[in-house]
Amino acid sequence: MDTPSYFPVPPGVGMEDNFLSLDDILLSQERLPVRTECVFPRLGFLEKSSDSQDIQEGTKMELPLWLCKGLYEKKRKVLSVELPKIYKEGWRTVFTADPNVVDLHKMGPYYYGLGSQMLHFDSPENPDIAKTLLQTFIGRFRRTMDSSQNAYNEDTSVLVGRLDFLEKVLFKSGQSGLNGFQGWEKGQAAQLTASSLVLNYRKRKIVDIQS
Amino acid sequence: MKRNDGCDGLTGISSWFQEDGLRQVLQEMEALYEQNQADVSEAKAAGRADLIPSIKLRHCCLLRNQRCVVAYLYDRLLRIRALRWEYGSVLPANVRFHMSAEEVQWFGLYKKSLASFMRSIGGQEGLDVTQDMKPPKSLYIQVRCLKDHGEFEIDDGTVILLKKNSQHFLPRWKCEQLIRQGVLEHVMS
Repeated sequence: MDTPSYFPVPPGVGMEDNFLSLDDILLSQERLPVRTECVFPRLGFLEKSSDSQDIQEGTKMELPLWLCKGLYEKKRKVLSVELPKIYKEGWRTVFTADPNVVDLHKMGPYYYGLGSQMLHFDSPENPDIAKTLLQTFIGRFRRTMDSSQNAYNEDTSVLVGRLDFLEKVLFKSGQSGLNGFQGWEKGQAAQLTASSLVLNYRKRKIVDIQS
Repeated sequence: MKRNDGCDGLTGISSWFQEDGLRQVLQEMEALYEQNQADVSEAKAAGRADLIPSIKLRHCCLLRNQRCVVAYLYDRLLRIRALRWEYGSVLPANVRFHMSAEEVQWFGLYKKSLASFMRSIGGQEGLDVTQDMKPPKSLYIQVRCLKDHGEFEIDDGTVILLKKNSQHFLPRWKCEQLIRQGVLEHVMS
């Protein structure tokens, strides 16, 4: 296991998000269904369906999370954010029934992240959403941890395919721990290696020659 | 509304410093700012408070663009810093080619900082903390040469010719940098 020296800014935990974290920036690109509660003059060009110069009150649109967070105000004068269907009552019962069955990657790769950010929008269902997120995570964690610790040197795409982004990160760190330990057992821990820069450059050169 | 979408893909140091992309984002930010200025003065002068939501929206976009740009630049710096630790103090030409002038300058300053730190610890000669990143198991190691590197002098004066595929038994501290640069390969028996 090579000593890592690149430490990217990690994503924020729960309802926070880190300004410089690339993962958080990508997460906040996710779109949410929204209903405008006031007029937005001169911004009609953002909304493709109507031709007016302004965005009228009561328009239903999809806006990215960062814009929703920026414009949202507690008194609801500006926007009202609807819950995406996976956080609604129907899907919540599915998650509580059996969390392991669900394909969280298809449900939007950022299920936990987006769910935690949704709590900013003061929906009356917030406590239920929070509880469901937590219970789903607890229910699925065991399987993720088990599979990450026991899949050595094999193709993990089947195991990883149904995981949400957060679970994928956990899986990867489990795998790197496992690979590190196996490497140490084989005596590879003392072997000096070339830097990843050199290895990647070599790989790319081979690809270039082959193409 | 353009953002640095996929700025994730742009941050590998193997890709160019995206000057064009950055310039476009900055131009968009200027346009948004000017629109906002016009609306703010109209809101104040003509008392049109209904323009405020639009002003807020444009402001959110400005903040978003700023965030993307700053995160992109910061991530590149983190990767460049990692290069000093992983590769060494002299970067190969193909990597420097992909860095902007400011990044090259930053790397030079970081190197100097690190060097003066290393000189200040460990007594008279200083301590090279970028060495022995893995705990050493022996003083001498077996290495194989991966490419021609010419002559190499070790501490007792002997000169070794590093030719491709030749194997040598050399002091560990002399080889560490060459192994990292991919010139030598550590052979475990």
